[in-house]
Amino acid sequence: MTDTTHTAPKSAPKPPGRLAEFWSYFKENRGAVMGLYVFGAFVFVALFANFLAPYDASAQFRDFTLLPPVWQEGGNWSFPLGTDPLGRDMLSRLLYGARYSFFVGILVVVIAATGGILIGLLAGFAPRWLDTIIMRLMDIVLSFPSLLLALVLVAILGPSLINAMIAIAIVLQPHYVRLTRASVINELTKEYVISARVAGAHLPRLMFITVLPNCLAPIIVQAALSFSSAILDTAALGFLGMGAQPPTPEWGTMLAESREFILRAWWVVTFPGLAILFTVLAINLMGDGLRDALDPKMKRS
Amino acid sequence: MLRYFLGRLLTFIPTFIGVTLISFAFIRVLPGDPIIVMAGERGLTEERYQELSRQFGFDQPILLQFWDYLTGVLQGDLGQSYVTKKPVFDEFFTLFPATLELSVCAIILAIALGLPAGVIAAVYRGKFFDRALMSTALVGYSMPIFWWALLLIIVFSGNLGWTPVSGRIDLLYYFDNTTGFMLIDSLLSGQSGAFTSAVRHLILPTIVLATIPLAVIARQTRSAMLEVLSEDYIRTARAKGLSPTRINGLHALRNAMIPVITVIGLSVGTLLAGAILTETIFSWPGIGKWMVDSIFRRDYPVVQGGLLMIALMVMIVNLTVDLLYSLINPKIRHR
Repeated sequence: MTDTTHTAPKSAPKPPGRLAEFWSYFKENRGAVMGLYVFGAFVFVALFANFLAPYDASAQFRDFTLLPPVWQEGGNWSFPLGTDPLGRDMLSRLLYGARYSFFVGILVVVIAATGGILIGLLAGFAPRWLDTIIMRLMDIVLSFPSLLLALVLVAILGPSLINAMIAIAIVLQPHYVRLTRASVINELTKEYVISARVAGAHLPRLMFITVLPNCLAPIIVQAALSFSSAILDTAALGFLGMGAQPPTPEWGTMLAESREFILRAWWVVTFPGLAILFTVLAINLMGDGLRDALDPKMKRS
Repeated sequence: MLRYFLGRLLTFIPTFIGVTLISFAFIRVLPGDPIIVMAGERGLTEERYQELSRQFGFDQPILLQFWDYLTGVLQGDLGQSYVTKKPVFDEFFTLFPATLELSVCAIILAIALGLPAGVIAAVYRGKFFDRALMSTALVGYSMPIFWWALLLIIVFSGNLGWTPVSGRIDLLYYFDNTTGFMLIDSLLSGQSGAFTSAVRHLILPTIVLATIPLAVIARQTRSAMLEVLSEDYIRTARAKGLSPTRINGLHALRNAMIPVITVIGLSVGTLLAGAILTETIFSWPGIGKWMVDSIFRRDYPVVQGGLLMIALMVMIVNLTVDLLYSLINPKIRHR
């Protein structure tokens, strides 16, 4: 079959490639680039936590419980960021915690995006009655505050990190469905789709090869944003005791464990929260940069 | 116009049924036998089991069960709490004022700070003010509020001793629950110091709950203002020689308000989700804490009923926002 989609003819002089063009917009946004660096560091820590961490995340040093960070009186260079109530090294636990947040983010986004894109494509191409049913279903899911629905789902499935991830993915999915469907409907009115249809492209080809690539920009932005909300919501569930269970060094769970010590040992509370904040902030900065670079409306302004 | 209204109202019905169906399904998909879970009795005999099954209506076809549940919901019957044995519906409305009071204070704070912040950032686009405000907004937007609450407690309750750590009012004040709103009740009681105490208890939870809506409103106001400020009629107003305050405040802000109002309406869901965390941390006796406690106590009728009530509220607010929006913006209803 002949290629009927509108890929630019190869002979035409097209100075910057898509990626290069994107990068030139992206790098203008200094915040976004900074976010990218921080995110890079976060990924690095997540991948190599076992080499970077001085101790095992659950190793307990009973003689050194609630040791303050090194710059405070009583601190010890063996535990640069201090120890928690069980004498575990804060730094090691934080480094290992990056691993959980990172994999939670990736998995939740992959599950939510795959499901959401498929359903959204279906809704966009489907006859009107099916579209209406799908969108009403999504409205129903969106009627529940996300954290509450996730909490209740976890109550049904049982508290664990995996179940928290499933719950959050379900809750985030309707956003992808709505975005994909809206872009698909918008694209369907364009001439290249009509020409592909006339040329006899079958439905799957039309869906995945002709239309989908042109809908990806807002979905990519949404992916960045839901990466950060996945991290936040998992931490919130962990904090409420409904996510990762102790002694998992997940940042939200670490906060929950140290709550009773907040007035005695500021560091056990401050560092896990800072870790969450920095990671989420970096991803959101990146997301803003992505949006500005990918959104054609904003480009010329 | 009327047609849009009716059409939008009609979509409410399937969503309502769907939400009810989800909360109906909740108790039936729980691990374990729902009858044993609901009975909460040890060593059930076969006879007692059958009796309970009849009592809960589990011996009937599932569709009939759902019909009974749906009609019950419409009459305000959400079942009984296992723990307190009180109707879930009544408990919800006893606790709801606490959540409403906190949420209203939070949204007022968010609007009072977020709106001006967004306007200033838009007017000084690209300058220092814009950058400082928008960086702060992004930090607020990325904030894990449960951690933020703990930090505020460390600083303001721990180190400075300015604010109490939890609850709605000091225990030494006692008065009738006339309206359920502590600020009003404490004033009505006429006891000296009661109102101040209520305010002091409100400050930290309000700040925590307002953080994310505040950031969202500031960001949305800025982008809406920027869009409006590039319109022709603003240029005309400038050319006429109107003062910048008048242009920004009157001409631009009024039109920028449309998307901002939508965002404010949509942040009700965010507020309720935030209330779950905020109320748990500050032991605020509202809906959010009630839900979390009930989940831990396995008080399933409460979880089921609360879930439904909260979803209904979000739906009603969204519906109202949509209808209001169509009143303000004629483009929508003629789509």
